[in-house]
Formats: sequence, C-alpha cells, structure tokens
Amino acid sequence: MMKLESLIEKALFLSASFSALIVFLITFFLIREGVPALSLNFLTGLEWRPGQEFFGTLPTIIGTLWVVIGAVFIALLIGVPTSIYLSEFAPFWVRNIIKSSVEVIVGIPSVVIGFFGLMILVPFIRNTIGGRGESILAGWIVLAIMILPNLISLTEDSLRAVPKSYREASLALGATQWQTITKVIVPAASSGIRAAIVLGVGRAIGETMAVLMVIGNPETPWIPTSILDMTRTLTSTIAIEFSYAEWGSPHQHALFAIGVVLFLLVTALNFVATFVIRRNKN
Amino acid sequence: MNPVSREKIMKRLLLIAVALSLIILPVILIWVGYNGSGIISIEFLTSRPRLFEYGGIYPQIMGSVYLVSLCTLFGAPLGIASAIYLAEYAPDNRITQSVRFFTETLAGMPSIVIGLFGLEFLVFYLQLKTSLLAGAISLSFMMLPWTIRASEEAIKTVPQEYRAASLALGATKWQTIVNVVIPAAMPGILTGVLLGVGKAVGETAVVWLTAGSGLEAFVPRSLSSPTGSLPMYIYLLATQAHTVEGVQRAYGASLVLLIMFLGVSVSALMARNYYLRRLGN
Repeated sequence: MMKLESLIEKALFLSASFSALIVFLITFFLIREGVPALSLNFLTGLEWRPGQEFFGTLPTIIGTLWVVIGAVFIALLIGVPTSIYLSEFAPFWVRNIIKSSVEVIVGIPSVVIGFFGLMILVPFIRNTIGGRGESILAGWIVLAIMILPNLISLTEDSLRAVPKSYREASLALGATQWQTITKVIVPAASSGIRAAIVLGVGRAIGETMAVLMVIGNPETPWIPTSILDMTRTLTSTIAIEFSYAEWGSPHQHALFAIGVVLFLLVTALNFVATFVIRRNKN
Repeated sequence: MNPVSREKIMKRLLLIAVALSLIILPVILIWVGYNGSGIISIEFLTSRPRLFEYGGIYPQIMGSVYLVSLCTLFGAPLGIASAIYLAEYAPDNRITQSVRFFTETLAGMPSIVIGLFGLEFLVFYLQLKTSLLAGAISLSFMMLPWTIRASEEAIKTVPQEYRAASLALGATKWQTIVNVVIPAAMPGILTGVLLGVGKAVGETAVVWLTAGSGLEAFVPRSLSSPTGSLPMYIYLLATQAHTVEGVQRAYGASLVLLIMFLGVSVSALMARNYYLRRLGN
C-alpha cells in the first residue's frame, strides 16, 4: 500500500515536471535552429530581403516597439480609469458584470478581432485620416483591445489590495474621494500597476494574428516615420514567411532567430513582472 | 476649481473610460452576428469548401473540434496531475519553486514561439508532419499552464477539514485526494480546463505552423492528416478573398467560431459560479 502511494507521488511529480521539460526543449530547439543566424548585423541591419540573404531586423524591431508602446499607452489610458471605477465606485453587481465580460474578451479568438480591424478600422483610417489604412495606428487599436482585459483585471486587483485603513485615514483628514484616489490609493498600488504594465508589454510583443492582419506587412520593411506607415512585427514576420522558407535555408534559420529574440524579450519581461509582484507580497 | 465640482468631472471621465472598455465585446459580437447570420445554413455547415471562396465549412468545423478534443485529451489529465502534485504533495523547496517558475514561463510564451517549436520538434524532428497530431500536441503545450494554474487554485480552496476527516477515517493520502479533494474541487478544475479549451479553439498561430493550411477540403481521416481549422480559414479568407462570397464565408465562419468559443467560456463561468455558491453555503 505504501509502495503504491509513493509510486503515485512520483508519477505526479513527473507530470508536474513536464512543463519544465517543454520549456527546456523549446529553449534547446530554438537555440539550435536560431543562434547560427544571430549576429550583430541581424539585429542592426536595415534590410530584410530573404531572396538575397539580407536578414536585417532593425526595421522590424522598431516597428514592433512602435506598435507595442502605442497599444500599451492606449490600454492604460482606458484601463486604469476603468479599474479605478471598478474598485472604488462600482456597486457589487456592476463590478460582477464588467469583470465577467472582461474575462470573456481575454479569450476572444484574436483572428476575429483582426478581422474586425481589417473590415472596420482599416477602411475607417483610410477614409478619414489617410494612408493605406493598414497602419501602425490600426495595430495600436487592435492590440489595445487584446491587452485591455488583463490590464484591467490586474490593476483592479492591486487597487483593491490597498488596505481600507489608508482610505479611511485620508478621508478623515478631509481629503475628497478623488484626492484620496490620486494621492493615496493609486500610489500605494503603483507597483502592482507597474507589474500589470510589464505583463501587458510582454503579451503585446507576443501577439500575432490580430496585429498581423491590420499592419500591412510590407515586403521590405522600413523604419516607420509616421503612425500611418505600414510596418511589420517580429511575430508577423515569422507567421507570414515560415511557409515559404525552405527547411534548412538561411531564411529559415533567420526566422528561428527572430523566435529566439521574441522568446528572450518575453521571458525577461515576465521575469521582471514576477519579481515585482513577489516583492509586493513581502 | 473647487474640489467638489472637480470630483464630479473626474467621475464622469472615469465613466467614459468604463463605457469604452465595455463597448468592445457587444460591438464585435453584434458585428459578427449581423454579417455572419445571413450565410449560415445547413448546407454551409455540412458541405466542403470549393475553389477557395465558395462552398461550406464542414471540414473546418470538424478539424477544429478534433484538434481541440485531442489537445484536451493530452493537456487536461497532465495539467490536473501537475496541479495535484503542486497543491497536495510539493514540499516548499528549490525543485518545486523551479517547477512553478517554468510553468509560469510556459504560460507567458508567445503562441508563435510554441508554434515554431511544434514545427521544428514535432513536425520535422519527430516526423509527425503537418498533421492533426502535431497540431493537437502543440496546442496542448499552450493549454497546459492555464489548466495547471486554475486546477491548483481549485484544489487549494478545498477546506483542510475535508482532508483531516478523511485521513482520520483511515484513508490514505491518495484515497483522500481521489475520493474527497478532487470531487470537491471538480467545478473549479472544470472551469480551468474549459478556459483552456476556449483559448485552444480560437488559437491560430499554433495550428498554422503545425496542423495545416486551413483550406483542407476533407475531414482528417487519421492522426497524420493535415487538418483545417476555423481560425485559419477565417484568416485566409479575410486577407485573401477577392469576392463578396469569400468575405461572407469569413463572417459565417467567425460566427460559428464565436458561438463555439462563447459556449465553452460561458459554461466555464457557470461552473465557477456554481462552485463559488456551493463554497459559500
């Protein structure tokens, strides 16, 4: 009997280690295929022409940063006030409805949001602002929609975690509710909000389909100079080109090298976020 | 400006932000429903695609169903077993901490990276080819950490007295887990699995790299057949269709995909509400 119990424990431990095994395998295989193509020129080169074996990703990296930073900014602009409303003002039932609907959006297939962007946002931008419509701006909006739910959820959690006594002390000193929010509650929750931002950036960098469908993906990307420019992201380059990169060719290695860059960026960001959250708890 | 009227203005601004975040979900649902419902018919749901932008989406629906069912078959038991270990057995040491750390890392991994890994490791290295099996396994890598997280939470909220009572009756630890802890945590575990299923249904990048091009005109016959799926089909038609018929089909497929997704997520939320209510009593 005891033997069976300890066998079961071992089997369960093996299952739990499986995730670690996958992460190791991912790291190993990405590095194996990608690192041969990684070089200074890969990161700083201005030209991406797979046909002539030019693999410079700088325009793509800068395009990714443009798209991600704008999207996170928009998401913050909408998400933080929403979380403040939810944690400080909303009655219980309103909060429940909003939180559930936000949780549903988290999982909405990104291809549907991309389709929405392509059919509604892109023509709208083309007709009212100009350019081709497929643009960094369209990427901002679509990506902001994708990261908003998580941002709201995490920010609201950290606002609610601020002890009630802080609020009471501030109100007792004669501060209005708004003064209490801006001077006491938000500062007290700021490291939680920062963690939410870092996680949002990580998620935004890794998002593929929705962004891919609205940013145009020019054949040879350039460093964008306007938000109406078309651009490419790291993820969209992999998704679009993997199917015609011959297996074993420099092109295929270059795409895996982009995967390595993505992997490192996102893992580093998640690491920072976990660290911030853990420090909060102590 | 005096603080009281500023307070009112600020509160109004907050409400504008709330309205903006709330409006997204209904707008997308109504847009897809309005444009997609016209094309839905028995024929559309049961026939094969023809000439890229005509015909029905039966193979795509079945492809998605197969991919997600297989993925759940791999991912859910593994996820639940991991969660049991982490919640009930894991000593608080380095090994456990690193297992937890890697689970979090996997949860944060961009889906395209998981797709690349599936392409290299499963499709080429293990020679599974671009197939149903390769797609389902890759999807389960994506689903696994979410299942673990939610199941672990659910198992941890089972009151300690349940375990104590069972152990006091002479049950072993494993008997306690199987007969007492898991049944009590089941709705929570179900929520976790269903949320993972919801993610897998709509996942595009992973199946694009590992399962098939999306236009396959046949329901997969074996584990090694290339498999079409609704998200890939939507992507292809949305970006490459030239005719009204093609765009219509993209709307129709989006509506079917959203209905599948909402069905899964709403049951997930209902399972959780049921669970929370029972815990409250």
